[in-house]
Amino acid sequence: MADSVGRQVDSINHATEEDEKKQEIIRAKGEGKELTKEEKQRLRKEKKQHKKNKKDDRGPPEKEKEKASVPAPSKPATQSPAHKAPVPVNASASESPVAAEKPAKSKAELRADRRARQDSERASKPGKKEVGQQSTSSKPKATPSELQPVVKRLPEHVQVDDPAALKKLAKKLERQQVPLRSDYGYKVSLFSHLHQYSRKNPPTQQISIPVTAIHPSIVRLGLQYSQGIIAGSNARSVALLHAFKQVIQDYSTPPNEELSRDLVNKLSPYISFLSQCRPLSASMGNAIKYIKKEISNIPNQCKEEEAKRRLQECIDSYINEKIILASQAISKYAIEKISDGDVILVYGCSSLVNHILCEAFEKQRKFRVIVVDSRPRLEGREALRRLVKKGIRCTYVLISALSYILPEVSKVFLGAHALLANGYVMSRVGTSQIALVAKAYNVPVLVCCETYKFCERVQTDSFVSNELDDPDDLIVTRNGKTHLENWQTVKSLGLLNLVYDVTPPDFVDLVITDLGMIPCTSVPVVLRVKNVDQ
Amino acid sequence: MELQAVLMAAGGGSRMMDLTYNTPKPLLPVGNRPLIWYPLNLLEKVGFEEVIVITTKEVQKALSTDQRLKTDVKMRLDVVCIQEEADMGTADALRHIQQKIKTDILVVSCDLITDVALHEVVDLFRAHSATLSMLMSKVHEFTETVPGQKGKKKAGEQRDFVGVDVTGKRLLFMANEADLDEGLVLRKSIMRKHPRMLIKTGLLDAHLYCLKRSVVDFLVHNKSVTSIRGELVPYLVRKQFSKTLNSQNATEDSERNQKQQDAHHNLELLSTSKDEALLQLARERSCWNDHRGDMSEAYHGGKLRCYVHIMEEGMCYRVNTLAAYIEANRVVPKLFEDPPIHPAAVVSERSLVGSDSIIGQLCHISDRTSIKRSNVGTSTIIKEKVKITNSIIMNGVTIEEGCNIQGSVICNNAVIGRGADIKYCLVGSGQRVEPEAERTNEVIVGSDQLMEI
Repeated sequence: MADSVGRQVDSINHATEEDEKKQEIIRAKGEGKELTKEEKQRLRKEKKQHKKNKKDDRGPPEKEKEKASVPAPSKPATQSPAHKAPVPVNASASESPVAAEKPAKSKAELRADRRARQDSERASKPGKKEVGQQSTSSKPKATPSELQPVVKRLPEHVQVDDPAALKKLAKKLERQQVPLRSDYGYKVSLFSHLHQYSRKNPPTQQISIPVTAIHPSIVRLGLQYSQGIIAGSNARSVALLHAFKQVIQDYSTPPNEELSRDLVNKLSPYISFLSQCRPLSASMGNAIKYIKKEISNIPNQCKEEEAKRRLQECIDSYINEKIILASQAISKYAIEKISDGDVILVYGCSSLVNHILCEAFEKQRKFRVIVVDSRPRLEGREALRRLVKKGIRCTYVLISALSYILPEVSKVFLGAHALLANGYVMSRVGTSQIALVAKAYNVPVLVCCETYKFCERVQTDSFVSNELDDPDDLIVTRNGKTHLENWQTVKSLGLLNLVYDVTPPDFVDLVITDLGMIPCTSVPVVLRVKNVDQ
Repeated sequence: MELQAVLMAAGGGSRMMDLTYNTPKPLLPVGNRPLIWYPLNLLEKVGFEEVIVITTKEVQKALSTDQRLKTDVKMRLDVVCIQEEADMGTADALRHIQQKIKTDILVVSCDLITDVALHEVVDLFRAHSATLSMLMSKVHEFTETVPGQKGKKKAGEQRDFVGVDVTGKRLLFMANEADLDEGLVLRKSIMRKHPRMLIKTGLLDAHLYCLKRSVVDFLVHNKSVTSIRGELVPYLVRKQFSKTLNSQNATEDSERNQKQQDAHHNLELLSTSKDEALLQLARERSCWNDHRGDMSEAYHGGKLRCYVHIMEEGMCYRVNTLAAYIEANRVVPKLFEDPPIHPAAVVSERSLVGSDSIIGQLCHISDRTSIKRSNVGTSTIIKEKVKITNSIIMNGVTIEEGCNIQGSVICNNAVIGRGADIKYCLVGSGQRVEPEAERTNEVIVGSDQLMEI
């Protein structure tokens, strides 16, 4: 309708109307994108009934905000997952030609539509919100303003079987000059939505050797991640922050740019590269969020040297507070729970649990440890080495002997990779097994986790979001024979090497954090408190 | 910047004097390209934009005038000249350019022809924060007959003994047969840390090294080290397991130890930033270890690490002997997509040029000539009824009618007289072979090149 009006006017006066038409086309294209997003959203709405209106509410006002902030080179990272960073201008080219025809559906109509819906929803909002909240497991949130309700788009790394998402990712990586790592081998169908990389194809294959697009310390870090030299949630975060310190040190503000905006932009390709090497962990994600916030909070008048120094200090204090001091606090609480004569079971190699046990041993507690290990990583051997080196009496079993050994055990200490917002514990694959069997034997399970690993994600099963490791790790040579050597030739065979699994809160008796000892279901409270602090 | 490339092109080619007495080794034609083009191409393909070339004045002139080098090589060449008479070793050369070196370096030798994926070597260097990372390859037997060699090839040069750990990546031991008096001596400290060691012979050192910046500083302080391969690399490999490095004793009595310690401290170059503590923390928290079975942490707590990438497949040649030169000439043309016959060559229709031969530009090949499995350089004139098989003809050669050349190497600007029959010979630069000569298995060089007894 608007177009036809434009054309009628056009016939009268060409000069001025041409500009207007151009503007209309641009607007129409923008609208077109909105429209296709709208269509997708409508489909989603049909599946999820009660969230339909909420999304609609938040959708349009948020898109207006997005469009307005397009000219600004960066966005403050208030919207959660960093995955939601895409600039709307950069939507896939395939969408726009299709969209260009749609705008004929008239934006005026759409706007009126939306406004009517918004008004009706605003009226019934409080009622709907409560219903929505009680359906989720955690306690009802007190005020909606404290936890910003955000449209959660699916992160890319769980959409590998969606060609559109892959295309978007490829475009983004090309723009950032980061090589795209290709998947390897046959993926078990249940997990075909996740990436599976091979260690034989390192991410450095396609980048030039004196790297230009990515800082050398980030390349080194990525290599160390992909080869497993730096493994474990805490180690990865510390190494990441160390690399960021180097990046900040070598950074120099280009002319006519603000450090607070430009540095954040510089970090984005590095983060993409690191997530190509190995998917980011929850702790790394939180650390990145913190850094980005600190960078954007640098006042403009601040001189470059002063700003860099400030950032380095921030990073140091973050590591000190959240990792070093936190582990000391957690050991203090945990040692209270260790009594003389205890038999403690640990699984895999958690840096925090090892630290606790070593501290307890130094404080003259008498206990012995049973280390449970599992293939293919066999991390328990490293934990065993550290504990035995300290002088602690240890037993070593594989996870298949778990139910045999559990009657001897008095407590189970587990480490965590992340704690999810609904109280589930995400940890190394096998942890949920241990928690389950321990529950069956009535052995208390204590999870030790720093607060910086708390994550706002919600997950109830291990399928939805996980990490697939190199399937060739499962291949082992015994007595000179390697049976799985040619597994790729057998069409009906798939090798699955999962890295994480989630443990429900019913199996966990206590979570020991630096804030104290809390039950698993209090995790959303901690998250809320954290958000208020920030 | 992460890595700087340094190309060592000042070597004299002491093991193939017959070829190099007139032409400097970097300019010897291999597959109708100067030898120095191959490492430059390797560096360019990987993405280097700048190379420091250490060479002599002659080669520098050629670099700026040679068409092939100027057009094909897009990188910026920073040429550093050294006097030929100065007889500098490779380590001396590094000391000479110490001012230019600002980051870690990748040292390549000019006689290396390879298609290795360089990122394999550099990844070892990056991931493990290694001090040295090098490339080695399995030695291929040379199948071609070498002119001038009488009788069977003797056992060849002295063997290299290379010891690697179970993974095949960490370099534990390196010695040349020449340095060992009676037997191979292994230190107990190495065996304690790495009880399983694989010792390999029959490996060719490609002379491609990634070195940390601190090694260059170490060279500046220790002027006695002259050669990278001969002295520096074995020293670094030995020092991985040296006691003074791992346990930092503060007080030592004798001055000698003090001096040694200074050298060692230079070598370690603990990145004296406070960030070293962070790296240490990350390593402590990480649940990775490079070995298992003993109580030590990753890398046994050692700060100096040497790694090697051993190429199983692929091509790797070092053109430092005549045999290698001939082999390289055989293999290299298959690599590149260049047309075997250069468009600027004039080849008569009635001649027969085999498909595995390459002809350089500005050649003149007359009727009824047959060229099989040979490389013919630029500006060569070949008259009628010549038969060339299995040979390498360099630039500017004139071959008169009716010659028969088999399995030979004819150097620059030589003239082969009419009707000569040359089998398995090496004709030196600028030599003339008289007409109707019959030579088999000889090295024909000028009298001034003959050694003085």
